[in-house]
Amino acid sequence: MHLKVLMLAALEGDGRAYRTLLTELSGHLRTYFARRMGSAADAEDLVQDTLTAMHRRLHTYDVDQPLTVWVYAIARYKLIDNFRRNRLRRTVSLEDAGALFANESADSAAAKRDVERLLNTLPQNKRELVRLTKIEGLSTAETAAKLGLSESAVKVGVHRALKALAQQFSEKT
Amino acid sequence: MKTEDLIAELSGELRPIPPHAGLAPLVLGLGAGAGVSAALMLFWLGLRPDLMSAMHTSPFWMKFGYTLALAVIAFWAVLRLARPGVDAKAAMRAIALPVAAMLVLGVVELMRSPVDPAILFYGSSHDVCPERIFVVSLPVFVAALWGLRRFAPTRLTVTGGIAGLFAGAAGAWVYAFHCGESGALFVSVWYTLGIVSVGVLGALLGRFVLRW
Repeated sequence: MHLKVLMLAALEGDGRAYRTLLTELSGHLRTYFARRMGSAADAEDLVQDTLTAMHRRLHTYDVDQPLTVWVYAIARYKLIDNFRRNRLRRTVSLEDAGALFANESADSAAAKRDVERLLNTLPQNKRELVRLTKIEGLSTAETAAKLGLSESAVKVGVHRALKALAQQFSEKT
Repeated sequence: MKTEDLIAELSGELRPIPPHAGLAPLVLGLGAGAGVSAALMLFWLGLRPDLMSAMHTSPFWMKFGYTLALAVIAFWAVLRLARPGVDAKAAMRAIALPVAAMLVLGVVELMRSPVDPAILFYGSSHDVCPERIFVVSLPVFVAALWGLRRFAPTRLTVTGGIAGLFAGAAGAWVYAFHCGESGALFVSVWYTLGIVSVGVLGALLGRFVLRW
């Protein structure tokens, strides 16, 4: 009821009432979309889409109608519209699908297997260090935080591990 | 953009909304569309030569009443569909009433009339009637979709379809001033077919044209 009073004032042109209304509604909408979307950023985009859509279609609100019914009908429409758009974007035609797998060539798969085999010759803790910094591409600081080590310990560890790998590599060839 | 900023921006540009805003352009557009449909009928097909005398007979008013009733009910349903969260089920069901009533009249005619059923069914213009209704309806159809773009339908295919039925019925009403058919069965089949064809077009276009 309280929201509806704000809405009626807004329809008369009361900007302050409108602002309060939109702020309160954005809270409800955030909850609505957060339950239905994977990420908070996607949910927030939909909150904004819905507020903008409401704003542009204010004249479609019938004052005899419960306000929340109107708001959630718009929210639901925007949600479905979003799913439809994303489904379209994620669809790739069969002719183009080859490109998606092109860099997953036999060569790189073989190279990946070789790297794995080499890494497995390292002790567990060193293996983890090399994997995180050199394969997953984390920074020294990120790796340190992740493993609970100091940054210098990570640096030294990675250095020793690579040295050991280089040595093995030269022994084998 | 942050949501708070968006809200500030939106509330900054708020203008008072008069009641029934959006309806006026729709109705004006439909008036213009109906005018073009009428002109199309007049110059392409022409009024039936016996219009003055036909207006004293019941078949003329049957066609007039059937198409007008269908147009009014479909328009009512479209207006409900055009607003988010408004229930349009009853209005959409009501569309079946004139169609069913017309069909009953047609079947009664078929059982009572001594005329050959094939003549009752085909009349003398079944081969052109639905297409002509379709073409005469198009200006109203375009005006209806254009007007609906200012609204906020949430079921695009359904709204497009019902808007098409409305335009088809309005076009058939205009066409009735040209058409010399007088059989109830004829009207219930061929008029309805022409009207439904515009409805199908609307349902197909709805999700592309009415998106917002």
